[in-house]
Amino acid sequence: MTDMPDTTLTSDRSHDEPSPGQYDDAAGYYTLGEPIADTKAPAGDIADRWQTRKFEARLVNPANRRKLSIIIVGTGLAGGAAAATLGEAGYNVKSFCYQDSPRRAHSIAAQGGINAAKNYKEDGDSTHRLFYDTVKGGDYRSRESNVYRLAEVSTNIIDQCVAQGVPFAREYGGLLDNRSFGGVQVSRTFYARGQTGQQLLIGAYQAMERQVKLGTVTEYTRHEMLEVIVADGQARGIIARDMVTGEIETHLADVVVLASGGYGNVFYLSTNAMGSNVTAAWRAHRKGAYMANPCYTQIHPTCIPVSGDHQSKLTLMSESLRNDGRIWVPKKAEDCGKDPRDIPEEDRDYYLERIYPSFGNLVPRDIASRQAKNMCDEGRGVGPMVGDFRRGVYLDFKDAIARLGKDAIEEKYDNLLDMYERITGENPYEVPMRIYPAVHYVMGGLWVDYDLQSTIKGLFVTGEANFSDHGANRLGASALMQGLADGYFVLPHTIRDYLADGPFPEIGEDHPAVVEARADVEGRIEKFLSINGNRSVDSFHRELGHIMWEYCGMERTAEGLRKAIDMIRELKREFWSDLKVLGTADSLNQSLEKAGRVADFIELGELMCIDALNRRESCGGHFRGESQTEDGEALRHDDEFAYVAAWEWGGQDGTPILHKEELVYTAIEMKQRSYK
Amino acid sequence: MANPVTTPGSKRPTLVDGARASRTSIALKLLMALSGLAFVGFVLGHMYGNLKAFSGHDAFNEYAYHLKELGEPMLPHMGFIWIMRGGLLLALIIHVACAIELTRRARKARPVQYVVKKHTGAIPASRLMRWGGLTLFLFIVWHLVNFTFGKVNVETGETGDAAGDPYNLLVDTFDVWWMTLIYLVAMAMLGAHLHHGVWSSMQTLGLTGTAEARARVKTISFALAIVIAGGFSLVPIAVLTGLID
Amino acid sequence: MNLTLKIWRQTDAVDKGKIHTYAISGISQDMSFLEMLDVLNEQLNEQGEEPVAFDSDCREGICGMCSLMINGEPHGPEVTTTCQLHMRSFNDGDTITIEPWRSGAFPVVKDLVVDRSAFDRIIQSGGYISANTGSAPEANSVPVPRDNAVRAFNVATCIGCGACVAACPNGSASLFLGAKITHLGELPQGQPERWSRVVDMTAQHDHEGFGGCTNIGECAAACPKEIPLDVISQLNKDLRTAMRHGH
Ligand SMILES: Cc1cc2nc3c(=O)[nH]c(=O)nc-3n(C[C@H](O)[C@H](O)[C@H](O)COP(=O)(O)OP(=O)(O)OC[C@H]3O[C@@H](n4cnc5c(N)ncnc54)[C@H](O)[C@@H]3O)c2cc1C
Ligand code: HEM
Ligand code: HEM
Ligand code: SF4
Ligand code: F3S
Ligand code: FES
Repeated sequence: MTDMPDTTLTSDRSHDEPSPGQYDDAAGYYTLGEPIADTKAPAGDIADRWQTRKFEARLVNPANRRKLSIIIVGTGLAGGAAAATLGEAGYNVKSFCYQDSPRRAHSIAAQGGINAAKNYKEDGDSTHRLFYDTVKGGDYRSRESNVYRLAEVSTNIIDQCVAQGVPFAREYGGLLDNRSFGGVQVSRTFYARGQTGQQLLIGAYQAMERQVKLGTVTEYTRHEMLEVIVADGQARGIIARDMVTGEIETHLADVVVLASGGYGNVFYLSTNAMGSNVTAAWRAHRKGAYMANPCYTQIHPTCIPVSGDHQSKLTLMSESLRNDGRIWVPKKAEDCGKDPRDIPEEDRDYYLERIYPSFGNLVPRDIASRQAKNMCDEGRGVGPMVGDFRRGVYLDFKDAIARLGKDAIEEKYDNLLDMYERITGENPYEVPMRIYPAVHYVMGGLWVDYDLQSTIKGLFVTGEANFSDHGANRLGASALMQGLADGYFVLPHTIRDYLADGPFPEIGEDHPAVVEARADVEGRIEKFLSINGNRSVDSFHRELGHIMWEYCGMERTAEGLRKAIDMIRELKREFWSDLKVLGTADSLNQSLEKAGRVADFIELGELMCIDALNRRESCGGHFRGESQTEDGEALRHDDEFAYVAAWEWGGQDGTPILHKEELVYTAIEMKQRSYK
Repeated sequence: MANPVTTPGSKRPTLVDGARASRTSIALKLLMALSGLAFVGFVLGHMYGNLKAFSGHDAFNEYAYHLKELGEPMLPHMGFIWIMRGGLLLALIIHVACAIELTRRARKARPVQYVVKKHTGAIPASRLMRWGGLTLFLFIVWHLVNFTFGKVNVETGETGDAAGDPYNLLVDTFDVWWMTLIYLVAMAMLGAHLHHGVWSSMQTLGLTGTAEARARVKTISFALAIVIAGGFSLVPIAVLTGLID
Repeated sequence: MNLTLKIWRQTDAVDKGKIHTYAISGISQDMSFLEMLDVLNEQLNEQGEEPVAFDSDCREGICGMCSLMINGEPHGPEVTTTCQLHMRSFNDGDTITIEPWRSGAFPVVKDLVVDRSAFDRIIQSGGYISANTGSAPEANSVPVPRDNAVRAFNVATCIGCGACVAACPNGSASLFLGAKITHLGELPQGQPERWSRVVDMTAQHDHEGFGGCTNIGECAAACPKEIPLDVISQLNKDLRTAMRHGH
């Protein structure tokens, strides 16, 4: 892979680019606050930092642990693993999820695999290389110390999962198999066929259920967290709604952990689960937790295209398909409606192979996604007309079938191709598959320090819900690694330092913070049910999704983002005056649940647009139209934007406050990515 | 809590109160399978005996008589028969008791029925087991009254020892068309019971761990059902059609 | 497509509930079954009738949340989950009856939503390998023969949807139970707890009120993940062996 030289050279820019600092695109939309620093990361050699922190973090006497209570919102890899581990340690854990079982958290849907620097293939992998690849993949927008730690504990994760009985793929000799994934050049991805997330989650779930039986973990399923209780400057509990009885419950504890997953559903259509939401994180944000880099969204190139307005979600097809499939669109727009089998070879444009001869179909996700969009925007998209144009490109297995035989392809991708056929009704062995990018993962999330503690004392955030490890773009198979690293190996150590000061003075249900939080929740629910307008929650969600996808999706421009902010503000007004939610508060009411989530998505959407507007550079998954090289590639501005944008809630009518955390690289040199 | 201190040999800790392998529904099934298999063994022998009817009056009676003397002098006269009867009675009690308990649990497990329910994947015989069992039970009661204890000769109206000649009793019985019909219906039920029962007992014993083993056992149980139900039916049909008289 | 939907409506666990009939039109073949219900719900919302409650989350066939009895078959006529069932499996003019899973151990919460926490309690009573975090040996220190690993994986794909219970005339959860027993029992790591696991989990299964299996086989036919019947054979065998080991 050829890396281009450092971008700090201004000569690198296209001629119409302003010099650094010339623009403040988001002026007027935000207030600049004090810079912040992550003070918890120890200094010293990067390889020693985690060991140092673990040693310095204070211990809690086993006899005291039972007296310390921990609330964990979320039972995905991050939350489930943490609940199991903290339960084993002897703390008193309460675990929450909105599904009917912890085993259904959205981590279950991850297909591809999980990275770990085991170097079982002896192909040059190492902790340092995983660290390097992750920072580079994140386009130099992640925090060095965190990423190093992630790479360091990655190997323990595999040990732990194997001991729990996770049935990873194995070779004939009985040892673990690896594959290379997401365009990296070493084989470090562990997998369980196309269901890695499921198997890892079931491992964590089982470990957690064991603790439930032993009495250290209490689980609250079908409970939705609707507010965090911040009493005397510390997170001390949550308000949750029992989704079956509608009862509003107060749960108090010494510390609160949010492991509530990502907010990709702000786009309405995404590969996330229907219930994935930002509510847990957003409520914390409104109580003082900073939201970092909210605009960093990962758009996955290989999803099944939208087939019509009724669509409720998008389905991911594993990235591994790009190893054998060739991506193309017709050269001439007038061929787009034709049966692809009738389009001769010379009229096909294998555009990735053409533009990126050395990486071809295996370019990183953000590039593959953006080019697919470009093709469709040019009018060369394929598949049915959705709205005004066709959204899809071909992923063709014809050559692979000719080369390897149908059987080999079937064996390799069987369940994926079946799934495709089930959803689209087309046989991918005969007709080229159609794919289109879809929102898949968010790198943004609540800001946390090295200890995974947010700006609210006693509120820790893990997994996809925090912003910590992936910078502006996440490598394939790294989210599972991060979730489990946080849950099994990081949080249990850092949280003990905090808990060493506990148990904290007891607060009762009558504490003003509790009373206020409860009243807020009840007031909101009451409000949703009483607006009595004309529009369903889904219609608002869908509209928000359109705005976000159009203006804050794969490519963003200042003009579009400003327009989007106006539209979102208008939508918000309409939401609060024209919403229609039927049913009652004291029973299972799915419209009511959705109303709360959509209300928060609308506010988040606005912040995402402001963040995107502020970041006048292209980096990782964030592509700003105004910041590209002459041949249309992403252009970073390290001199101006090598920081984490951490946003503080500016109040209902105020503007958000931007706190910058400078990103300093000592172990790695910043370079401009290039995949040509 | 996690690891209660136990000395080897002391009562094992269980996660579920009073969990004992012998108290599970699977244990009930095992009993069901073992008693069912005991029946299968018996009916196979019994069928063989019945088919002696084709060898004529004397051969059949001799065989019936021989059974009573089996094991002599180690066992007293009728010893074998009583041991067998004891075994069969025990098996019957176990089989019926487990059947009742499993049926009771199944009822409780689905208190509200579906409005529409298809039965994909089930052979009809498997869902006839309980009705089949009931039919067989009624059949056995009548059958014992008919041939063993009451010795009811429906044709001549004689009962008890008066109808003492097993062969004649048999022939007289099946000369009555509706008696034959009762038996044939019962044998159809027996066939169905075995069609599922034999496979089921193998599955319960855990002997069908692979798709091939399952297919094999399914074939065997179908064959056995045909052989036994068919074998038993031959005699009544032969009598009715006059092949035997 | 135009359809007639007969849907079980029940306001809460104590309500008796009954079938309601709705007519729906303009359904596209490309919709998933749940998207068809979304359309119905939008329509109901508009008319001022409370939408039908049904469970779903991932909508890609892996979380096991969706659960509908469609025309007498769990997850409908195809071997898949309800969320992956598409309307092209139906014809214009069809009448479709939709009911919740029926099992005493899965009480109805509302409309088509049931409570499957009994499955979690079965897992709590032994459906795991005890390995505290940090205590694990190096992953490759215990090789697992590939055949065992493959079998373990094949049955570990169970999504805990409960279709097996819904289909079983006895209301038995033996397929679910057998899948877990087989998954863990197939691996070397699962051996130390193997015998106590099967006894505890089966005891909990019975305790929850699931029926006993009589090997009917409707469960495997309904399982969206095609868990084969041999897991029940394995379950029975393990229980028998546990008995021999004195459990
Ligand atoms: C289709 C798909 C495929 C993927 N494939 C891969 C892959 O191959 N490799 C990889 O590394 N990553 C992959 N990812 C990304 C990865 O799966 C996720 O980032 C990761 O699993 C997130 O885990 P988590 O524990 O943070 O959150 P989740 O697993 O999303 O868990 C969130 C939890 O929070 C709970 N929750 C949320 N809100 C509330 C609330 N308000 N109240 C109560 N509870 C709440 C939920 O109930 C749930 O238990 C994939 C993602 C998707 C969508
Ligand atoms: C007395 C009358 C009988 C009753 C009430 C009865 C009832 C039942 C019932 C309810 C079952 C369980 C249902 C099932 O497994 O699907 C069963 C199983 C079985 N029965 Fe019977 N039955 C009777 C007689 C017989 C006879 C006479 C035989 C053999 C000749 C027999 C052989 C079997 C076998 C082999 C099984 C399968 C056991 C298993 O599932 O593991 N039964 N019976
Ligand atoms: C058409 C079929 C059958 C015929 C013609 C038949 C005939 C007979 C006869 C003649 C006897 C009396 C033997 C004697 O007294 O020495 C007898 C006994 C008996 N039969 Fe059958 N039988 C048939 C089917 C069955 C079946 C299906 C069962 C069991 C399910 C059964 C169970 C018994 C039993 C338990 C006895 C009593 C044995 C004893 O204890 O003496 N029979 N049968
Ligand atoms: S065994 Fe199959 S049907 Fe039963 S819960 Fe698991 S996946 Fe669902
Ligand atoms: S349908 Fe039921 S009876 Fe057993 S084989 Fe399946 S659990
Ligand atoms: S909604 Fe997840 S399996 Fe259907």
